[in-house]
Amino acid sequence: MSSQTSPAIELRGASKAFRTPSGALHTAVRDLDLTVERGEFVAIVGPTGCGKSTTLTLVSGLEEPTEGEVLVAGEPVRGIGDKVGFVFQQDAVFPWRTVLSNVMAGPRFRGTPKAEAKERAREWLARVGLTSFEDRYPHQLSGGQRKRVALAATFVNDPEILLMDEPFSALDVQTRALMSDELLDLWAGTGSSVVFVTHDLEESIALADKVVVMTAGPATVKEVFTIDLPRPRKVEEVRMEPRFLEIYREIWSSLGEEVRITRERGAGNAA
Amino acid sequence: MQPETAVADTVTTKDRPAKASTERTQARARAARNRRVLVYGTRLLLLVAVIGLWEWFARAGIIDPFNFSMPSKIWDQIREWALHGTAQGSLWEQIWYTLYEALFGWIIGVIAGVLLGIALGRVRFLADVLGPYIKVLNALPRIVLAPIFLIWFGLGPASKVASAVVLVFFPVFFNAFQGAREVDRNLVSNARILGASNRRVTLQVVIPSATSWIFTSLHVSFGFALIGAIVGEYIGATKGLGLLVSASQGTFNAAGVYAAMVILAVVALLAEGLLTFGEKRLFRWKPAEPGTER
Repeated sequence: MSSQTSPAIELRGASKAFRTPSGALHTAVRDLDLTVERGEFVAIVGPTGCGKSTTLTLVSGLEEPTEGEVLVAGEPVRGIGDKVGFVFQQDAVFPWRTVLSNVMAGPRFRGTPKAEAKERAREWLARVGLTSFEDRYPHQLSGGQRKRVALAATFVNDPEILLMDEPFSALDVQTRALMSDELLDLWAGTGSSVVFVTHDLEESIALADKVVVMTAGPATVKEVFTIDLPRPRKVEEVRMEPRFLEIYREIWSSLGEEVRITRERGAGNAA
Repeated sequence: MQPETAVADTVTTKDRPAKASTERTQARARAARNRRVLVYGTRLLLLVAVIGLWEWFARAGIIDPFNFSMPSKIWDQIREWALHGTAQGSLWEQIWYTLYEALFGWIIGVIAGVLLGIALGRVRFLADVLGPYIKVLNALPRIVLAPIFLIWFGLGPASKVASAVVLVFFPVFFNAFQGAREVDRNLVSNARILGASNRRVTLQVVIPSATSWIFTSLHVSFGFALIGAIVGEYIGATKGLGLLVSASQGTFNAAGVYAAMVILAVVALLAEGLLTFGEKRLFRWKPAEPGTER
């Protein structure tokens, strides 16, 4: 019952503190309240190192919150669920597996028979345009192609929730715009909810329905902006629209302040 | 091939630069070939010089041939063993015994080392409990265990296998342990998110990424296995190359000792070649290291 009506992700007063190697307690996020509706694309922006990624690890179940609650589809998160897909910042494809075998990994781990897994993997490889590369090993691909493999490997599991941790930050600018468009295309058909962490404000506005601005660390939600740009969007084109610039200016006035605080702190530490 | 067809198609004005570039390519290929010839030639010359000097010094009496022997005598010794057999039986039998003991000990040591290394690398509790003991055992000079194994297991192959095992186990263990510890955390997280159970993470993420660590130790450890077998045979045996060494030493036959050494070196090189071959097959997924051909 509740799983049908409840939002896809809910964080209620979630905090996470880590023990640093020197023994001190480092709070990454505090009092996090955030709701992601079903089928919604939410981008999280914030100053570097503020704890954006920690938010994702809490939702994925890789880490547990120190305080507060994390709910996925109305259920508290306990361990890693099967609803979640995660695209990492660094390459996380298996270098000893071929492209096809990498994309098959998810279904195979979840007990899908080999033939069916292969069929589904081929389908997703076709969608990301890597059909002719299925026998290659990751080191034989470009950075953009490896990212496509990672996307296919994530989407093949049909995740209800897609968590992305600065997935395109290691790519060059052109490839990045291309991948963003591709991501929007892939996502459009699935109806899954996306949480996309980035430090690039332009990217976040171009992609998302909602942009969440985090404060300087320990991070918490500062403001949430709704992006009313029409879909379907083309990343390179939407950037030129006057409404885009308006939104950009509005969000930057909020985000810029946090970036400044972080920078001053960094300077203070260095002095 | 490309430049030649280009030459045929294009008009004469473009002919010249195309020709010049083919010439340059050929010159470069020639230079590379010359360098290769030079390296191999010098290598051969060095070998001939060392062996020739040894032979000459021994014949001229600059070094005492009784103690140092000489290449021609060593060669005669190898021929005699190969054609007429040794005092302990045919030469091939001796080689086979040593190889069998080394290989058997190596396989047991590698399996035990890999299993325990991966287990301790994955299970924190085991590592915490057993860690100090393994360090202590590793600190022991294990080669002195060979006489003890001789007492325990007798003159047969079992005592040599045992000393090969203890020599092989530790390097393999430490590499497997390190390999399991240093697995990319992103890969493990990714596998878990994709739905892998703990067992699958171990089998399909930890073990594949530890294989390059383990293989490094396999090369070294096969040498150790041979050492274990030879030392065991040297101390006391009924067959094997180590026995040939000790028997030759007992009869003041320096050529015999050297001959056994040469045979051992050849055996070790062949085994190493086999390992490298297997490694290349297994690591097709790895990018070639810069500057090496695969």
